[in-house]
Amino acid sequence: MAYSDKVVDHYNNPRNVGSFTKDTPGVGTGLVGAPECGDVMKLQIKVNLDTGVIEDAKFKTFGCGSAIASSSLATEWLKGRTIDEAAKIKNTDIVSELKLPPVKIHCSVLAEDAIKAALTDYKDKYASRLAGAGAAAASS
Amino acid sequence: MALKFPIFMDAQSTTPCDQRVVDAMLPYFTEKFGHPASRNHPFGWEAEGAIDAARQRIARLIGARDPKELVFTSGGTEAINLALKGAAEMYREKGNHIVTTAIEQRAGLDTCKRLERQGFEVTYVPVGSNGLVDVEDVHKAITDKTILISVMFANNEIGTLQDIAALGKLAREKGVIFHTDATQAVGKVPVNVEAMAIDLLSCTAHLMYGPKGVGALYVRRKGPRVRLQPMIDGGGHERGMRSGTLPVPLIVGFGRAAEICEEVMPEESVRLAKLRDRLQDLILSSVDEAFLNGDPERRLPQNLNISFAYVEGESVLMGLNKETALSSGSACTSATLEPSYVIAALGASTELAHSSIRFSLHRFNTEEEVEFVAKRTIEVIKRLRDMSPLYELAKEGVDLKSIRWKAE
Ligand SMILES: Cc1ncc(COP(=O)(O)O)c(C=O)c1O
Repeated sequence: MAYSDKVVDHYNNPRNVGSFTKDTPGVGTGLVGAPECGDVMKLQIKVNLDTGVIEDAKFKTFGCGSAIASSSLATEWLKGRTIDEAAKIKNTDIVSELKLPPVKIHCSVLAEDAIKAALTDYKDKYASRLAGAGAAAASS
Repeated sequence: MALKFPIFMDAQSTTPCDQRVVDAMLPYFTEKFGHPASRNHPFGWEAEGAIDAARQRIARLIGARDPKELVFTSGGTEAINLALKGAAEMYREKGNHIVTTAIEQRAGLDTCKRLERQGFEVTYVPVGSNGLVDVEDVHKAITDKTILISVMFANNEIGTLQDIAALGKLAREKGVIFHTDATQAVGKVPVNVEAMAIDLLSCTAHLMYGPKGVGALYVRRKGPRVRLQPMIDGGGHERGMRSGTLPVPLIVGFGRAAEICEEVMPEESVRLAKLRDRLQDLILSSVDEAFLNGDPERRLPQNLNISFAYVEGESVLMGLNKETALSSGSACTSATLEPSYVIAALGASTELAHSSIRFSLHRFNTEEEVEFVAKRTIEVIKRLRDMSPLYELAKEGVDLKSIRWKAE
């Protein structure tokens, strides 16, 4: 199977590989997939706690070239979005951008799951603060 | 010598034709085009003579007493199908039980699956962590209904060489027919149907520097005489076991390939084992948590199979494929989207099956190629581990088994 140019590019030059340290504020982490399935993605977002905008994103992926490319692309797309906008990224967007063949669609699904898991983790961690911000907004 | 890219180290998928094989074949496409069954003119005699010579060469290579014991087929897959289905159907009155192993190539396994649907019972004997079948396990699996034992000679992924002589002896004592899929072994290591008490043996030309599209099934004629129900009906060629006009050029090539293999095997097997050991040492000495799959001693000289923990096989191949052709047991590289059942059968974690890489050397590989492939493999593994969340977790001391993975 030949890979699309974009998959090859992300594989050769992955964007935003790495991890945030545990104590970085505003970080949400998603860890999805399973080693026995051959795919695990860790995707992290770093959100500006005042604006709700994702300032940075990082990933690490165990998986095939398409899985690496899907998560690399996801980090690229996440940067600069608000968390609400981030939640709108669909696996089908990844499929069309990377021209993934049918057998690789699960890689894009996993990337979408990783985004969702990172957003959920962020919301869980900062729920009180978000609620506080909401309350403050409502009372003003 | 300057390296030529891409380097081929996937010689257990197929091998390049030896130029001497091609040279032998060429006249049989054009001036020597006769039909070997044309008994009444020189074109036919010439073709028949060429077939007989090829038959003799292949028979010699596998130690068959009589070249007539070889039935030409379209390759290994057909030979295996004919052996298993042909024997099962022929001896159905005697019993309906077949003993085989869990690591046979798909041609063997899928044929057995079909026979099961037709009312046969099949025991799939497991293998040990080194890929070896315990002869005693095969012994225990035999019942009074057993008509056939089928165990591969050399595994296509891990190269493990089974104790075929012991299995042949056991089958002979029990009066059970013994088939071996020797597709990966013939031409690489000594094979002798007499000394090893083999009744049926499958082989293929394209894994021994011959052409694709031709193989053979050895069918014992004496002590015991094995009979098979044919799968292809027609003109009654090949003693009625496989009808169809013989592909003379391919068979001539097969014969020449067998002749060359016999001649070079003592030197070539030593040379390839040395190159393989060098590749293995270079890689294992600089990559941690890399695990050799299969038995370190009892394996094909040209085979090396390693699981690189924390990286997925296809991503490794992708990092190398501009320069080097290898293969992987990863699900992403298989037609079935399942990771290698062979590596899984060794009792390793499924994860390590996804991480297995097979290096298989051939006649024309050089030491420079080995050094290059080792160096690049090490680089690619390092790069992929740097982006592997599993490697990161493991280095932090997290036990990956303690994590509750959400498998889809
Ligand atoms: C162990 C084994 N058996 C059977 C086959 C099938 O042979 P063929 O490709 O000639 O059909 C192969 C092919 O690679 C093999 O490795």
